[in-house]
Amino acid sequence: MFLKKIALAGLVSLLGSAAMACSYQNEVPVKSLSAGFEAWKAVTDAMAECGNFQAELDQEFRTKQPAAFEANPSLYQIGGVSNGTITPLLNAGTIRPLDDLVEKYGQNLSPNQLIRINGQIMAVAMMVNTQHLMYRSDILADLGIDTPTTWDEVYAAAEKIKEAGVVDYPLGATMKSGWNIAQEFVNMYPGHGGKFFNDDNTTAVNSDAGLASLETMKKALDYTDPEVLVSDSTYVQQQFQQGKIAMANLWASRAGAMNDEAESQVVGKVAMAAAPKAVADGAPATTLWWDGIVIAKNISDEEADAAFRLAMEGLDIEMVQGANDAAIWLVGGYEPTDIATGAIETATANPAPPAYPSTTQMGLLHTALGNELPAFLTGERDAAATLIAIEEAYTTSAKEAGVLK
Amino acid sequence: MKFKTFAAFVGPSVFMMLLFIAAPLVSVFIQSFQVTQPILEQIEVETCTPGFLTQTCTTEIKTVPVLDEAGKTVTETRWVGLQSYRNVLQMDKFWSAVGNGSWNQIMQIDFWKALRFTLSFTLLTLPLVIGVGLAIALAVNNATRSIRGPIIFISLLPFIITPVIGSLSIYWLFVGDGILTAMMERWSGQNISMFAQAWTIELLMYFYRVWHVAPFAFVIFYAGLQTVNMDTLESAVIDGASRWERLRHVIVPHLMPLIIFIALIHLMDCYRVFDEIVGFRSQAHVISLQWLTFDFMTPDDAGNRAMSRASASSMLTMIGIVLLLIIPLRRTWRDHKGSAH
Repeated sequence: MFLKKIALAGLVSLLGSAAMACSYQNEVPVKSLSAGFEAWKAVTDAMAECGNFQAELDQEFRTKQPAAFEANPSLYQIGGVSNGTITPLLNAGTIRPLDDLVEKYGQNLSPNQLIRINGQIMAVAMMVNTQHLMYRSDILADLGIDTPTTWDEVYAAAEKIKEAGVVDYPLGATMKSGWNIAQEFVNMYPGHGGKFFNDDNTTAVNSDAGLASLETMKKALDYTDPEVLVSDSTYVQQQFQQGKIAMANLWASRAGAMNDEAESQVVGKVAMAAAPKAVADGAPATTLWWDGIVIAKNISDEEADAAFRLAMEGLDIEMVQGANDAAIWLVGGYEPTDIATGAIETATANPAPPAYPSTTQMGLLHTALGNELPAFLTGERDAAATLIAIEEAYTTSAKEAGVLK
Repeated sequence: MKFKTFAAFVGPSVFMMLLFIAAPLVSVFIQSFQVTQPILEQIEVETCTPGFLTQTCTTEIKTVPVLDEAGKTVTETRWVGLQSYRNVLQMDKFWSAVGNGSWNQIMQIDFWKALRFTLSFTLLTLPLVIGVGLAIALAVNNATRSIRGPIIFISLLPFIITPVIGSLSIYWLFVGDGILTAMMERWSGQNISMFAQAWTIELLMYFYRVWHVAPFAFVIFYAGLQTVNMDTLESAVIDGASRWERLRHVIVPHLMPLIIFIALIHLMDCYRVFDEIVGFRSQAHVISLQWLTFDFMTPDDAGNRAMSRASASSMLTMIGIVLLLIIPLRRTWRDHKGSAH
């Protein structure tokens, strides 16, 4: 009896505290599947305060999401997506238009957050992300180097840093074979004025811009860790935190970690600037990304209503104020700090870098790039042969996927 | 044994084998001759995405799958004959590279690159595993009884570790300034990067696999050593046979069936090498056949999977294993028939 009372009291106090943080009590069970980085943790924690919510934070979410949302009823009500991973959900029609829900619960959303496809709101963005230049401001100041704005300047600066010998390697790069190295090319290529596809869905990477991009990428190898083909974002972030590198074109979502005193030995020494340009009068050689939420189609309207209301609670001002530096938030109440300057300069540059071109073809090309680029960087194949290999790999998989006849 | 009893014992396992091995195999076999594609259409789509302050909207022609009334993607399955096998093997490129006499060009083709590594990995680790396993077994067998237990325990440890975890720990020990790389750097006074070139990665993979599998060989050999005929051994000693001669002429022939058993298991396991590739992140330098299949199957950001090529590639892997196993299997078969007479 006594135990029961205690348990009941505990439950009531739990509910009480939940009600304190959340403006209402969620009655409908809701589950979400999203990536696992810091910003998602902040958002899902805020949603969990309303009760009856279960979040799955999984960096492999993109392989699970299409199948999970295709189930009927869908295994998750809320999905966390980026502009890269929304494509399979849109293509399969497993997410619902949100116009009526935005009207009902979305008073605090800014028009900028609403991802419209053919006029219908299909997702609500919460943050932007981009790869931009991070550098050790102390080292560059000591050596009298101005903040590099083009890749040529980056390499010139890297040369000086190498001569000075103040760090192990002047440059870090997310060139892990596969998705990461392909993304490096996807950043560089539009910067050189390249276009990915022709009108008939064949790829156009085998071009002068392609050659120029490969050349720019290869120059980095003189200044990076020799093991750069195994280094992903987390590895580069750690190299920064341990003071082993001085510059890198790294994701904005990693900026916060530089000032994390528990992990970083370079707190306050890493500054952010716009992504370097590939050509002096071009756009920064990077792509713009957003992350946001979608609501599954194969669930009842009641569940969708509850899920969206919950998501709005997770994307409110209180959440942003609690985790201001976790991301470049699009949500109201965000105060850009020093670490956001790089991302903002990149996004507002003129000409501006393109958004990541998320299409079925791009998915295929990204895989082809990820598999064929390493042979070029290890020196097994020259640039021209690599571009031909990429073109062939893309053509084979595009034919298999039915994109090319 | 009565047939009924026999069937009752074997039935469940035969059923499981049919359900979980035979049926998927048949399905993969059929899929390797088919291509399933969504019906696609080109439509004009206006997409609005957030900039930092205002949105940017772009209108472009996108290729998207057609959905039916129930909201499912409409797909079409065609028979394509050997097309997927051709896409995996890329024989035209292979022959032109052979024509040029260029090994480097052959190694640019994913399948042949993977095959080269898979074969050298399988065939090089095989004698090492058997040799090291036998050496440990002999050492333990000759050790004093009191320390045998602890030695067996320690030698078995590598085998207990989950393969992925094992390969990841090797990766962490050697990557960048990992403990062991740092130690080697101190000894040699040079900057060492174990994961910067293919041959060092391969060396680590061989080392890891032998370290991991040798205990298995050891356990089997150790059991076999307990059954060596002591009379034969003693008469060999009396005849003046050296330790090496005893090993060569008495022990190894006695263990031969076990050696073949281990070789069979090892060939089958090694040909499917996968954990090392993922654990060591070696895709830029070294890939294996199993990894190639996995790579075909992994969906990209847009949700595409190359299922037909994945099926073809796994059928090719199976054919490879069968070819490899023929030699030791024929020997066992001959021995089997021989003993029946």
